[in-house]
Order: sequence, then C-alpha cells, then structure tokens
Amino acid sequence: MKRVSANPVFRALADPTRRSLFEELTRQGEQTVHALTRYAGVSQPAVSKHLTVLKRAKLVRHRREGRETHYRAQPEALAPLVDWLEHYGAFWRDRFDRLEALLERMDP
Amino acid sequence: MTDSGNNPAEETRSVIVERVFPHPPEKLWRALTESTLLAQWLMNNDFAPSPGHKFQFRAQPVPQWNGIIDCEVLIVEPMKQLSYTWGTMGMGSVVLWTLTPAEGGTRVRVEQSGFRADQEANYKGAKYGWQRFMGNLEQVVAGLE
Repeated sequence: MKRVSANPVFRALADPTRRSLFEELTRQGEQTVHALTRYAGVSQPAVSKHLTVLKRAKLVRHRREGRETHYRAQPEALAPLVDWLEHYGAFWRDRFDRLEALLERMDP
Repeated sequence: MTDSGNNPAEETRSVIVERVFPHPPEKLWRALTESTLLAQWLMNNDFAPSPGHKFQFRAQPVPQWNGIIDCEVLIVEPMKQLSYTWGTMGMGSVVLWTLTPAEGGTRVRVEQSGFRADQEANYKGAKYGWQRFMGNLEQVVAGLE
C-alpha cells in the first residue's frame, strides 16, 4: 500500500477538479489555460495551480505560444494507476501473512 | 482483480484474497474484531464490532499520504461476516470479510469492492466520481500505442 499511496499520479488525481481537467484534456486534445478555466468554472489562478500539480505528476505537458499557455494530456503517466487494484491485492496477502503469525501466538 | 456488476454505468471493481487458516472460526473472529489483536496484524485502530460505529485505521504516514483510513461498520454477523467502509485519499470502498468452515480450519475471504469517490470528496463538490474515472481509465490506457 505504501507504494500506491506514495504515487504522485494517484495523489494528483485524488482531487475532483484535477480529474475533470485531466479528462477534458484527454477528450479535447490540447487546450489553452483560458479554455480550461471556462470549462472548470473556477478562477484562473486555481486552474493554474491544479495544472501545476498535474504537471509535476507528469500527467500533462505545456508549451507557451505568444501570451497563451497550452496544455496537453500525457495519458502514459496513468499506467501505474491501472495497477492500483493489484497493489491492494498484494496489501491483503501481506496482511494475511501477519494474521497467520498472530494466530500462532494467540491462545487456542 | 475481477469485474462485478452487470450495468456498465454502475460497474465497480473488486479485489478478492482468500486463504484457509488452520484455526477455528472463533479464533479468527477474535483476530478480526478485537481492536488490540487487529492492531497486531492490520493497523492501529479504534474499531468496535457494532454496526454504525465510525472508526479509523492509522498507518505510519508517508510523504504523500497521512496514513488515515476512515471506516464505518456495516455488518457484524459473529463467526460469519464482517463488513466496513474503507475511505482514504478521496477514494471509498467496502471491505467484506467472510468466514466459512473448511477442512482443518477456516476459510477467510476478504473482498474489497466499489472503488469510488467517497463522501468527503462528494461533499467538496465532486461532480466527478472515481468510479466513472476508473471506468474510463482502461479505455484511455488501451488507446495508447
């Protein structure tokens, strides 16, 4: 579980606004910060902040053109998340080992 | 990892782990429901075996995670079934324990299902559930290369 929880991708997508921004980018392709602000319905500084978090998780890339900043999704960065359920499987198997050890120590 | 549910819009995902332990159900039940025993193999907790009881599991915090899992007891059926919600980092799920007698011991099955936006995330105005996101995720990844 440690590996899962420490995953910056997971952390970045734990926020609903960031999830919706990311999905909008996967649907629409490259978008300007202005367009994303209209879509998200929150302030531009808030959108920029969210985009920075997504960028750190390598979920989006940006480029500047004139005064506009354009963002695009990097869906490759999602790959670790697909393994998420398998991580929980590993988590429970590990805890079962500890449970087995505890049962040995307990009174019958 | 298995799929469950027939309606695609309500599709949830689950993790199932099973093992037969060479011990009687009574002993397994104690290990699953006595807070101090539970702490020895799962996590520190303030669990109590009564439906509606809200409690937390607390693990060692790590840089990206506060180590807290918020739970609420759903089902307590001594020696047979135990279920609680499991919410952490904006994702909610349900953990269901099932005990059945098996040759030489007890079969323990844990199923964790329904990964979706938890109440806290909804409360903050989520229009965007994890459930739907997870559903779309595989499509997005399948579309890669």
